[in-house]
Amino acid sequence: MDFGFSQEQEMLRATARKFLENECASTFVRARMEEPAGVTPEFWAKLAEQGWLGLVYPEEYGGSGLGFVDLTVLMEEMGRSVMPGPFVSTALLGGRTILEAGSPAQKKEWLPRIAAGEAKAALAWTEPNARWDAAGVTATARASKDGFVLTGTKLFVLDAHLADVIVVVARGAEGRSPEDGVGLFLVEKGAKGMTVKLLPTMDQTRKLCEVGLKDVAVGAAAVLGAKDSGWRPLARVIERATVALCAEMCGGAQKVLEMTTEYAKIRVAFGKPIGTYQGVKHKAADMLVDVENAKSLTYYAAWAVDENAPEAPLAVSMAKAYASDAYRKVAAAGIQLHGGIGFTWEHDLHLYFKRAVSSEFTFGDATYHRERVAQLINL
Amino acid sequence: MDFSLTPEQQAFRQTVRTWLKKSIPSEWKHVGSSEIPRFEAYELLRKWQRTLYDAGFIGLTWPAQYGGRGLTFLEEMILQEEMALAKAPPILNVLGVGMAGPTIIAYGTEAQKKRYPSKILSCEEIWCQGYSEPNAGSDLASLQTRAVKDGEFWVINGQKVWTSFAQVADWMMLLARTDPSAPRHKGITYFLLDMKLPGVVVKPLRQITGEAEFNEVFFDNVRVHESQVLGGVNNGWAVGITTLMYERLTLGFGLQMRLRIALDSVIELARRMEKHGRVITKDPVWRQKLARLWIDTECLRVTGARAITKLLRGEMPGAEASTGKMVWVETHQRLQELAMEIEGPYSQIWKGSDWAVDGGVWQHSFLRSRANSIEGGTTEIQKNIIAERLLGLPKD
Repeated sequence: MDFGFSQEQEMLRATARKFLENECASTFVRARMEEPAGVTPEFWAKLAEQGWLGLVYPEEYGGSGLGFVDLTVLMEEMGRSVMPGPFVSTALLGGRTILEAGSPAQKKEWLPRIAAGEAKAALAWTEPNARWDAAGVTATARASKDGFVLTGTKLFVLDAHLADVIVVVARGAEGRSPEDGVGLFLVEKGAKGMTVKLLPTMDQTRKLCEVGLKDVAVGAAAVLGAKDSGWRPLARVIERATVALCAEMCGGAQKVLEMTTEYAKIRVAFGKPIGTYQGVKHKAADMLVDVENAKSLTYYAAWAVDENAPEAPLAVSMAKAYASDAYRKVAAAGIQLHGGIGFTWEHDLHLYFKRAVSSEFTFGDATYHRERVAQLINL
Repeated sequence: MDFSLTPEQQAFRQTVRTWLKKSIPSEWKHVGSSEIPRFEAYELLRKWQRTLYDAGFIGLTWPAQYGGRGLTFLEEMILQEEMALAKAPPILNVLGVGMAGPTIIAYGTEAQKKRYPSKILSCEEIWCQGYSEPNAGSDLASLQTRAVKDGEFWVINGQKVWTSFAQVADWMMLLARTDPSAPRHKGITYFLLDMKLPGVVVKPLRQITGEAEFNEVFFDNVRVHESQVLGGVNNGWAVGITTLMYERLTLGFGLQMRLRIALDSVIELARRMEKHGRVITKDPVWRQKLARLWIDTECLRVTGARAITKLLRGEMPGAEASTGKMVWVETHQRLQELAMEIEGPYSQIWKGSDWAVDGGVWQHSFLRSRANSIEGGTTEIQKNIIAERLLGLPKD
């Protein structure tokens, strides 16, 4: 047993930190918040150059063949910088679904381009019913003469407006259980009948869209994997993206803790640095506990998905339940301990606080995942 | 990163598991979860610890020449996990095994190391801890118990308080002031004190549970030979801090692993009790509470594994070890509160009534758990330590 990162992983962390400090300072983040794109072509090309976009893809598809423990290191660093842009949507959702469910030809067509930064992808999964389970999939895929016709509304879709290809989750058949009959379809940008509307979001570093599907016709070759059996690969994709998100949350929370302790050392009130007072010390200690616990559960979950361990779904839900509460609490405490300055637009804390909240409600919040834990431990 | 075990470690796990299955005394019934040995179980627990010792399942990380097995914390972790899964009885001589033994091995003379540790493991000699005083708890360095040199002897006068096991202990880890003119932390010495010496008076102290688990200990001109000093005269603060570090690492670690036993018990309680005609585990609100408890318990386990990894790599555990105590406390107290909430109005019924749930053990462990955030360093002190040592916030 060795529950720590390897030297290579620590090197990856150091490289990533340096890269992001240079390329993704808060001025860069703030500029991207104001624009629909959320990323610049130059920055995206550099991510590809660093090998990040294909980090967890096999080498035969232009990737580096690394695992989710490696990715954890990277995600923590991205969270530290509140990195904007379609990394999660492209690499971990749209692209990853093609990897998990696609045919060799589909993978060959898309993954090398994604890894090279030449194509972006998204996953149109969730709907206005805001459900994370299979029953939430109500968009339909009707069989037609030469393929399928997709109809429905997808909501909370990350970065659909930037995607060259969108993986649409739609129900092809009513099965015995909600998981049966769920299909995955590749829809390319500009498909007739598909409307993509960018939504204003609280966390401006995360771009969410509504995707309208009105009789969108796709060919038979657009089906990813076996027809009507897309839920299993999709669930694997979501589990893995959830672990990655947890890691990003840990990185963000860690940075808030550091910003806050640094501030507490220099900010003077009543003649002493505020970090001298136990009211501040104890809150800072609570923040550290939240951050460290979230890390422990996240690292464990990353290891479990890499190993395909039987307890992986449980480990993932434990991590997301914990991290969802922890990041919000830590970011809120960070604002509190900074006082008024922490509440300003000028200070970076609100970027973290908003990222904490958007992350909390992505892939299921703490309440959802605790219920999932309850099910998985047979309560 | 790898959670898997080597074939040797897996074999060790299997050996422990098989042995526990046939060796846990049949008269041991575990419900209610208090990990603190209760007085009525002392004889059973004394025998149990001897059984563990004879089988070589205690003191795994201690050097073999002092009664241990010279194994790593990984084997210790496997042992603790298996004991938790098997719901094995706790060990009686917890303060000896968790604190006195490792400190003597770290600071003792060869004679001391030969004399004490193995008898600690076998439970032939029980240890208690003489740190806290009526005016020195969290502010331990203000302790006033005096030791004055008289020839080859030190003469001890003063008082200790909250001393668990003092009524049955053979030895005490005693901190006493040997140089009152030195700065507070510099004039303290650590003694290995024979509790049978003339002048040592133990008075039971009745506590919130109604029992007298802990005591006041008075010293009236107790003469301790100078060979009983551990780690040098006026060096007691460093030695005592080491003890506390071991407490957090080993004793605390065991408790974190064993929280699983209490969790299983509380879930089992929830399965057989109802609220408003519905089994508690089917109620969405209760499922949330129980799942959170599960997550926090698992979190302690994996955080412990992170700390052990650091130890195995030859590094000192940092944040992972310091947070363990207070997270365990918070989780265990919440667990006990949950048990009361599950029982609802039955939580009011004390042992002795046929209506008492599980014979009233939960009421006892619930009350006992209030001490968790005070003993072994209050939660407030733990938070100060984290803020100052890990986060670098300024001292006063």
